Amino acid sequence: MATLDTQANIPAPDDFYEALIGLHRDLSDAQSALVNAKLILLLANHIGDPQVLREAMAAAREDVLVSVPTHAS
Amino acid sequence: MYQYPTYEYRRPPELDGTSRHCPVVVVGAGPVGLTVAIDLAQRGIAVLLIDDDNTVSMGSRAICYSKRTLEILDRLGCGETVASKGVRWHVGKVYQGSELAYQFDLLPDSGHRRPAFVNLQQYHFEECLVRRAQDLPALEIRWRQRVSEVTQQADRVDLSVTTDDGEYALSCDWLIACDGARSPVRQMLGLDFEGQVFRDRFLIADIHMTSDFPAERRFWFDPPFHPNQSVLLHRQPDDIWRVDFQLGWDADPELEKRADRIMPRLRAMLGPDARFEIEWASVYTFSCRRMQKFRHGRLLFAGDSAHLVSPFGARGANSGIQDADNLAWKLELVLRGLAPEVLLDSYDSERVAAADESLANSTRATDFITPKSPVSRCFRDAVLALARRHPFARGLVNSGRLSVPSVLARSPLNTADRDTFAGAMLPGTVAADAPVEGEAGAWLLEYLGGGFVLLVFGDAVDDTAARAVSEDPIGCRVVQVGGAQGAARLRVRDVQGLAAARYDGKAGTCYLLRPDQHVCARWRAFDADAVRAALACATAQV
Repeated sequence: MATLDTQANIPAPDDFYEALIGLHRDLSDAQSALVNAKLILLLANHIGDPQVLREAMAAAREDVLVSVPTHAS
Repeated sequence: MYQYPTYEYRRPPELDGTSRHCPVVVVGAGPVGLTVAIDLAQRGIAVLLIDDDNTVSMGSRAICYSKRTLEILDRLGCGETVASKGVRWHVGKVYQGSELAYQFDLLPDSGHRRPAFVNLQQYHFEECLVRRAQDLPALEIRWRQRVSEVTQQADRVDLSVTTDDGEYALSCDWLIACDGARSPVRQMLGLDFEGQVFRDRFLIADIHMTSDFPAERRFWFDPPFHPNQSVLLHRQPDDIWRVDFQLGWDADPELEKRADRIMPRLRAMLGPDARFEIEWASVYTFSCRRMQKFRHGRLLFAGDSAHLVSPFGARGANSGIQDADNLAWKLELVLRGLAPEVLLDSYDSERVAAADESLANSTRATDFITPKSPVSRCFRDAVLALARRHPFARGLVNSGRLSVPSVLARSPLNTADRDTFAGAMLPGTVAADAPVEGEAGAWLLEYLGGGFVLLVFGDAVDDTAARAVSEDPIGCRVVQVGGAQGAARLRVRDVQGLAAARYDGKAGTCYLLRPDQHVCARWRAFDADAVRAALACATAQV
């Protein structure tokens, strides 16, 4: 089974980033959230490998609970 | 309208001084209690079945009965009655809004006696089973009597039973509690029932309507006639249709039960011209929970008393009936002194594993149908939106994963494979059906009966060997697929080659099947010692 590749793998990173932000142009927060969810599902299916997906999910969640301030008082 | 039968209360002789000790008392004459009582009685074990009512289930309640349930009932002599009365279906359609998002076929290959599901009102189902029960001399049903006290002793269970004419005492070796989600027996003993309650409410309406809608399961997410919620439609016999509306947690259950609230919902769904009347309606919530153990000494819990799931997936009654199927043969062997009591611990471990599988499936379906957070709702809507165009997303749509028999893969009663097999029939799997020709019927499962069977491909087991196997105290018949005829073997012909295909059966292949028709061992060649050892293992004699 493969492992998650976290070395640079996108040929033109700035182009990709611009496209990712552009994807959300003129969308409400709810519409953006839906687009993000669809994108995650499409990419997850393309990857397929459960080990890679598990590692990506763990990497995405890493440090979130400590670094992001919550609005709860 | 359905005419509810009335089963007569008879004054029990124990009220007038006779005492009674029974091998088995079953509490609750619902689908599970009736099944286990019939199974035991058919095995010649005297059973007393006690129910606090004097009729069948009020309302249609559990309506989807699975292929495995029908196969179990075939063994119990009432499969055909239930199957022929029910509405067969195998196609499910899932809609997002008014568009079809996903469609599934639960039985894509032919060559099975029974369909994936039949829909039948629980009252019809119970009535069929009561009729079968009344044919069995070893089974006595006591209607309108309530078990009011249960005390477990080292060697027996003592009971008090309350009737209109007063209270009497009984004792039994084993008590099977099939008394439902609120199980009075479980509560009397203060036993646990832990799990998760879901904050959602659903309205069930059974309506009488003449319609040419096909017999399919239809499920809508966010349909135009019931925005933001889900709706489920099922066809039942007698022109009865089950509609299940998701209402949300804030709905008032008393208000929503009223006809003037239900009628506009149905009208919006079925259109201005539809003619229908409401037969039965109920507002329900559900929880997913189970007892930690299904065996407590001489008390055995089966069905809803032991485990509870959401209705999406038809995993309530169907898994309870598999509990009964699993328990009856084990209890028979223990009562006859042919197996140690520890065999009953495998009822606990096997059915707890099956219940956990149901609970996991049910919880996942519920998270999809009733998302618990905005992000969960967002992913759900994303899946539904993608499913219209992209095949991969259809597999993620979860409107309930419908009941299939549990594979008891980790059972202590299994003998691990030492030979190599292809296909799905690994130890713990329920025996696959196949069309055959022979003396006893046109389907392989009809030849298995209710005892251990050595299923042999070809004539690798001669009459001497077959007799030796059957003379084991546990008893094991040889059923032979193809090959030459012999006096001590029941032979079938594999007319379409499906038995060989489904079992990866080659000349010499042997499967040992338990009385509940689960595979417990298999070999590429017959070995009498190995069969004897596997039989001992499957009956906890090790």
